[in-house]
Amino acid sequence: MNAHLQPTGSAYFLTQETQQTERHTLSVLVDNEPGILARVVGLFSARGYNIESLTVSETEHGRRLSRITVVVIATPKTLVQIKLQLERLVPVHRVHDLTAEGNYVERELALIKVKGTGDHRAETLRLADAFRAHIIDATVESFVFEVTGKPDKIDSFIALMTPLGLVEVVRTGLAAIGRGAEGM
Amino acid sequence: MAEKMTGAEMVIQALADQGVEHIFGYPGGAALPIYDAMFQQDFVQHILVRHEQGATHMAEGYARSTGKPGVVLVTSGPGATNAVTGLTDALMDSIPLVCITAQVPTTLIGTDGFQECDTVGITRSCTKHNYLVKDIKDLPRVLHEAFHIATTGRPGPVVVDIPKDIQFAVGEYYKPESETLRHASYRPRVDGDVKAIEAAVDLMLKAERPIFYTGGGVINAGPEASENLRELAELTGFPVTSTLMGLGAFPASNPQWMGMLGMHGTYEANLAMHDCDVMINIGARFDDRITGRVDAFSPNSRKIHVDIDPSSINKIVRVDIPIVGDCNRVLEEMIRIWRSKTNQPRTEAIAPWWKQIETWRAVGSLNFKNSDTVIKPQWAIQRLYEATKKQQKDVFITTEVGQHQMWAAQHFHFDKPNRWMTSGGLGTMGYGLPAAVGVQVAHPDALVIDIAGEASVQMTMQELSTAVQYRLPIKIFILNNERMGMVRQWQDLLHGSRYAHSYSESLPDFVKLAEAYGGKGIRCENPAELDAAIAEMLDYDGPVLFDVIVEKDENCLPMIPSGKPHNEIILPDTANIGSIIDEKGRALV
Ligand SMILES: Cc1ncc(C[n+]2csc(CCOP(=O)(O)OP(=O)(O)O)c2C)c(N)n1
Ligand SMILES: [Mg+2]
Repeated sequence: MNAHLQPTGSAYFLTQETQQTERHTLSVLVDNEPGILARVVGLFSARGYNIESLTVSETEHGRRLSRITVVVIATPKTLVQIKLQLERLVPVHRVHDLTAEGNYVERELALIKVKGTGDHRAETLRLADAFRAHIIDATVESFVFEVTGKPDKIDSFIALMTPLGLVEVVRTGLAAIGRGAEGM
Repeated sequence: MAEKMTGAEMVIQALADQGVEHIFGYPGGAALPIYDAMFQQDFVQHILVRHEQGATHMAEGYARSTGKPGVVLVTSGPGATNAVTGLTDALMDSIPLVCITAQVPTTLIGTDGFQECDTVGITRSCTKHNYLVKDIKDLPRVLHEAFHIATTGRPGPVVVDIPKDIQFAVGEYYKPESETLRHASYRPRVDGDVKAIEAAVDLMLKAERPIFYTGGGVINAGPEASENLRELAELTGFPVTSTLMGLGAFPASNPQWMGMLGMHGTYEANLAMHDCDVMINIGARFDDRITGRVDAFSPNSRKIHVDIDPSSINKIVRVDIPIVGDCNRVLEEMIRIWRSKTNQPRTEAIAPWWKQIETWRAVGSLNFKNSDTVIKPQWAIQRLYEATKKQQKDVFITTEVGQHQMWAAQHFHFDKPNRWMTSGGLGTMGYGLPAAVGVQVAHPDALVIDIAGEASVQMTMQELSTAVQYRLPIKIFILNNERMGMVRQWQDLLHGSRYAHSYSESLPDFVKLAEAYGGKGIRCENPAELDAAIAEMLDYDGPVLFDVIVEKDENCLPMIPSGKPHNEIILPDTANIGSIIDEKGRALV
């Protein structure tokens, strides 16, 4: 690159990021109105935040409220911004950084298709049992398992199934909720 | 009390109930029912623009100069897309706008219908909030909510997209009441935390090198906020600087005024920011044109930040005392608490600081070499300022974007808020002329001047026709350097003076152009004739396009090149740098 075209020779000053990134789970309570998901996702892409996982569904039909669980990877400074920027959206009621607040449980569900016969099939069933995966579809040469748990449990199950004939996987993304009696 | 009417009638009724007197708009197929409803009433006056971008900037000028929301009405498709620049501009500068966009009928949405575009999708990221109304039952609530959201908290633009069948549909209209406006999730915080304000005052009471760094938030908090700022400044004795957006909130004639800060701010303001021990940021947002290099920004100060938008705090610069709240309310509290602790300004304690500031001031960072053969742009603004001071009228200034904008900020002085309209955050060339139209609509008897560049003004020139149609006597003061001067300056600084496409070639004859539109044209290139030409402009009762031929290659100084700390400012060669700047600094000059 020519010296005069280097980024410092621009109208902007680019600072080096010095903070380490962290993985945080946020729970966002929103009005379930048309376009709300686009607003949230648009905010992330417009401001350059990374989404690891995002789930959304109406949780209180009467009050038309939805809960979005979003997993992000960002520096501590950006995490604060993400929370504040989400709170600026008009239909957003509350944002909780569950990871920062510390006390929460999280689960994900995956459907996993595995193909195989003979020894592989037996081994597949043994492992599925160990992971408390349910068989929700079976043919003579395949299974579809339903497995629920923390994402790393699902990751390990998928890793084990890979050599045994993994065909495909769908995952719901993370659902998370605070522990104890208090609601959001 | 509900009343039956059509959606189109609701739009007009809601505008009337919201106290809207003027709207800026342009008709088209999908908007016709609303235009028809407008035809049959006379509470709301419609200003027909020449391009929808013009309508948005007019509404911005109207809003900024009155404190009331600006209202825009455009048709679907191209009407809406043309409004996008002004919406983004209003979002960046926190200007309250309500923009009603017409949409194709709900049955056609999603079919690529004629003049259909995804208005809510396109404007989602350039509005504070937006709505697509698909049911007539929602329309009255949405219209009132749009005004509420646009004008409260940190103000901004709100779009209401209304399909044509909803405009025809009949429903129950109700007036805005606090009940209907209680929004479930939108609750801006306006009162600052008293403990934090007390901590801030305690810090101010111990300050030895304090500075008030104020911004557009003070203007947005209303004229009272400006009065309170003045009072607090007088109570404390602290120096005051401001961003581009905050000019006028503190009187430029006050001895505590330091001039604007930032990339083209004064030497004293920027050095005081760099060396202060307590910084009190009131309604400014640490924009990159202000901070320069963030890691070298005011390295030894404790920082207080008052902002109504929590996300502005700690976004760029980490602060010690964050205060989320409306600037006016927080200023009132600061005054009350300060008074409860002392009745003395800190004159003695900060005397050495003022002495230091005086030595920086003595540098004369806004000085320039004048000439008697060619008009210097800075001098032209100074002469304009002097001439307007003698006028009996209230004076409002708008600008385009470029060198002329910075010179206007440096050399035109404001003693009151809401008199200065400029595109700060987005830096939109073409803002100033339509903004001046909007200001003049709101203040028919005032003197409204757009300080312009010959390149910028051509972006929205057609709105001169609007000014002529509505007999709005705006003055357009073009500092014509036949260059995109600001671009040329950067090319000199960073790109080896390779002037890629920064000339203004094939310029129109602005005098003839003014006449073609039905306005008056004036040209002046001789410094000796400038005062008389300015007087001629001010005396003319109608729109004037004044082509001031100025020095072509003047640089806008002082300047902090981006990525440099405040103390590496480039000064004009007329500056009295004497003993203040060392060899290294001198090399920069
Ligand atoms: C819509 C738009 N396009 C491009 C720019 C980039 N830009 C900033 S200043 C400038 C030149 C402005 O020239 P002129 O209006 O003549 O003002 P001068 O700097 O000469 O005073 C340009 C092209 C901008 N700010 N806005
Ligand atoms: Mg120019």
